[in-house]
Amino acid sequence: MDTMAAIKQTFFQECEEQLAELEDGLLTIEREEGDVETINAVFRAVHSIKGGAGAFGLDALVRFAHTFETTLDGMRSGRIEITQQIIKLMLRSADVLSDLVRISRDGGAADEARVAQMTEELQKACGIEPAPAAPAAAAPAAAPVAIEPVEGAALVPDEFGFVPTPVHFDFADEQPEEPQVDEFGFAPVKIDFDELLAEDASHTEGFEIRFRPKPELYAKANDALRLLRELGRMGEMEVTCDYSSLPHLDAIDPEGAYFDWTIKLKTDGTEAAVREIFEFVEFDCDLEVRPLISGFVEAPEEAEKVVKEVLAQVAAEEQAEKAVAPVAAAPVFEVKPAAPAPEPVAAPVQEAAPAVAAAPAAPAANAAAAASAPAPSATIRVDLDRVDRLIDLVGELVINQSMLAQRVMEAGIARLSDVAVGLDDLEHLTREIQDSVMAIRAQPVRPIFQRMSRVVREVADMTGKSVRLITEGENCEVDKTVIERLADPLTHMIRNAIDHGIEKPEDRIAKGKPEQGVVRMIAAHRSGRVVIEVADDGAGINRQRVRDIAVKKGIISPDAQLTDAEIDDLIFAPGFSTAEKISDVSGRGVGMDVVRRSIQALGGRISISSRPGQGTTFTLSLPLTLAVLDGMVVTVAGQTLVVPLSTIVETLQPKESDIHGLGEKARVIAIRGSFIPLIDVGAVLGYREVEADPVQSVAVMVETENQSQCALMVDAIIGQQQVVIKSLETNYGHVFGVAAATILGDGRVAVILDVDAIVAGSRTEMARIDANRKRNAA
Amino acid sequence: MPKTILTVDDSRTIREMLKAALIDAGMEVVQAEDGIHGLEVLETCAPDVIITDINMPRLDGFGFIEAVRGSEKHRAIPILVLTTESTDDKKDRARRAGASGWIIKPFDPVKLVSAINRVAA
Repeated sequence: MDTMAAIKQTFFQECEEQLAELEDGLLTIEREEGDVETINAVFRAVHSIKGGAGAFGLDALVRFAHTFETTLDGMRSGRIEITQQIIKLMLRSADVLSDLVRISRDGGAADEARVAQMTEELQKACGIEPAPAAPAAAAPAAAPVAIEPVEGAALVPDEFGFVPTPVHFDFADEQPEEPQVDEFGFAPVKIDFDELLAEDASHTEGFEIRFRPKPELYAKANDALRLLRELGRMGEMEVTCDYSSLPHLDAIDPEGAYFDWTIKLKTDGTEAAVREIFEFVEFDCDLEVRPLISGFVEAPEEAEKVVKEVLAQVAAEEQAEKAVAPVAAAPVFEVKPAAPAPEPVAAPVQEAAPAVAAAPAAPAANAAAAASAPAPSATIRVDLDRVDRLIDLVGELVINQSMLAQRVMEAGIARLSDVAVGLDDLEHLTREIQDSVMAIRAQPVRPIFQRMSRVVREVADMTGKSVRLITEGENCEVDKTVIERLADPLTHMIRNAIDHGIEKPEDRIAKGKPEQGVVRMIAAHRSGRVVIEVADDGAGINRQRVRDIAVKKGIISPDAQLTDAEIDDLIFAPGFSTAEKISDVSGRGVGMDVVRRSIQALGGRISISSRPGQGTTFTLSLPLTLAVLDGMVVTVAGQTLVVPLSTIVETLQPKESDIHGLGEKARVIAIRGSFIPLIDVGAVLGYREVEADPVQSVAVMVETENQSQCALMVDAIIGQQQVVIKSLETNYGHVFGVAAATILGDGRVAVILDVDAIVAGSRTEMARIDANRKRNAA
Repeated sequence: MPKTILTVDDSRTIREMLKAALIDAGMEVVQAEDGIHGLEVLETCAPDVIITDINMPRLDGFGFIEAVRGSEKHRAIPILVLTTESTDDKKDRARRAGASGWIIKPFDPVKLVSAINRVAA
């Protein structure tokens, strides 16, 4: 990747961070917990995005960021009163800005109407009538490029009190070709200086330049010598220096300026080019530049001599200054004001003294204020591939370590021998390394929670409801992959909560609830997993309606006896959708069954609880990482398999009396009064033709996707173990009943079972076996 | 000897851009994330030129320039300010704070190097 592409990537990463900071800051202000620094940080976030976008020529982004920034600046300076309404506007603007960033990165078309409307609202907030009619006359008419008002650029003083001139260089209209972008990605603004400066171009042999530095020039670390050198690059020059005002050594102010230069420069360059050299010191010197028609001394050697002399002199002056400066710098300020008949030079020094002396004080105060502000945490940015490689290697290390441990045990080495003890230490270290490496991938759920606040705003707007999102535990850390795959399910749950859960404001008031609904998102660590709750304070699940729909769609039979919890659970059933008509919001043909499936794909679970009139709570429980898994190691027909622990409810030894046949082939096991299908894993996976005797087996009770239970028959349980997940899909594609594989301590490869697939598959498998048998019998 | 440039900017993007352009021009680059950080870095290195942003957390560009100009050790280091708009007001503000010159964002690498040459031999 070339440098510029890498920087562009950095830019978009940074944009994401800035956007998060922006939203975070705005929400803090909304909660009335913000201070001046919060507003500053919010302003800086937008300002930074604008700055970077400018460098990459992302015009639409620059324009909107500028308008946004102007309004934020109004808030910062107190011109705009901070009200809840303004904050809402800012939050929606942040959403638009975020969209524009995304479009700049991924391509696609911006919602022009929305951007235009937002821009207009922002301008109104600034007290500016949106003025597309801002006449072209307002712009310098004589400029050689097409100039039109920047759409929506608010003419409000920026942080420096500067009112931006609304110029927009529109290359697309003006020039048929795309502006050339150089290797740094800069699209230069084409201004024809020759045309602008036609008079200069007409032209002269060179210029006579009079240059008299003021003390301020030196105080800003500028240097006459360097400027003359730069000037020397433009052509031959003859330099004379009038140092008649240089006082006697005793009276020299080391910070003074005493030289008066006259330079005759022979050059093809323009006056503008000459003035550009002095651009930085324009106000710190007297400068005259006059075209030189004739009279240039055609004596190169002579000129060179003069220049050399002068340069030597300047160098000497500079040295003298340097020699004196350190001594003079501080003590000079303590020159006794009462000194009799002060030297003429003393006056400027005394004047300068308070200013300079005060200077360090101000930053010190700033620094003190800054000390309370959070320092940027020390971080490094590492390519994710490297982290994954490290995780992989640590996985290998864990496997290797357990293999070694097993070999040592098998070799009959005493438990307390040095080898065994050393091995124990190794095991501890390996575990620690593994945890630490996993922690690298862990990230706080904050960004995803922040994204949800946007979803809440949008859905609330769409449905005309008033909803507030309250988040807790944003610092809870989860594996990056888990976080990434959480966005869709959470979005869907939030949409559901607002669309179906929260009532309309008038209904809420009628029920004696606060007009504004509340959605809470809470993340917390609980026993090695992350639990995320999405709770609303809406109407709760309408069980009668859910039941009716389920009956109508054939999900349950009309006479089914269901508990409240079972009815609530129906909304996860495939093909269930409570909306009588599919609304724009939570519709889209996706139901809660998809949410459940994607959570389960992450090794997580979702459950629901609802209280009529008080709201509904969804609870997600997720593993902290996808790289390792807690599993139960079992054997089936001589094969070693791993059953994910998260699916296991209990294990038991079936009794003859509990086993019941059901039809020709199917068997069920009676556990505490309910009948649970019994599945022989060996038969389903094709390890054996004839099903094993349940009484000789162990039944592992698992809970599946739709939270129905099944008992998996295995031959024996070896133990519980944390295993490193190795994907097989790259080499084998998707294999039925197999989720992944792992390497056990003895070096054997064990398959990790895809429990849901096996349960679902067993039904069709039974049907197939039945059919075969019938065919054979016939 | 190559020039060492200290860049002070809270935006990683801008820092990286400056770095790419400066290294391309054969200079060495030291980076800082804000004014306070810039002052800390100055304790450990002596850059030939400082390029600083204005809007930064903790200590902004103006405060940073004032602190550098108020420090005996560093006051002679030329400072260029990065600014978004090329307006007289902005330049004036930078000048009053003690900046040696300015660079207008988005910057052109050639102009950047030329600006550095004008303030540092």
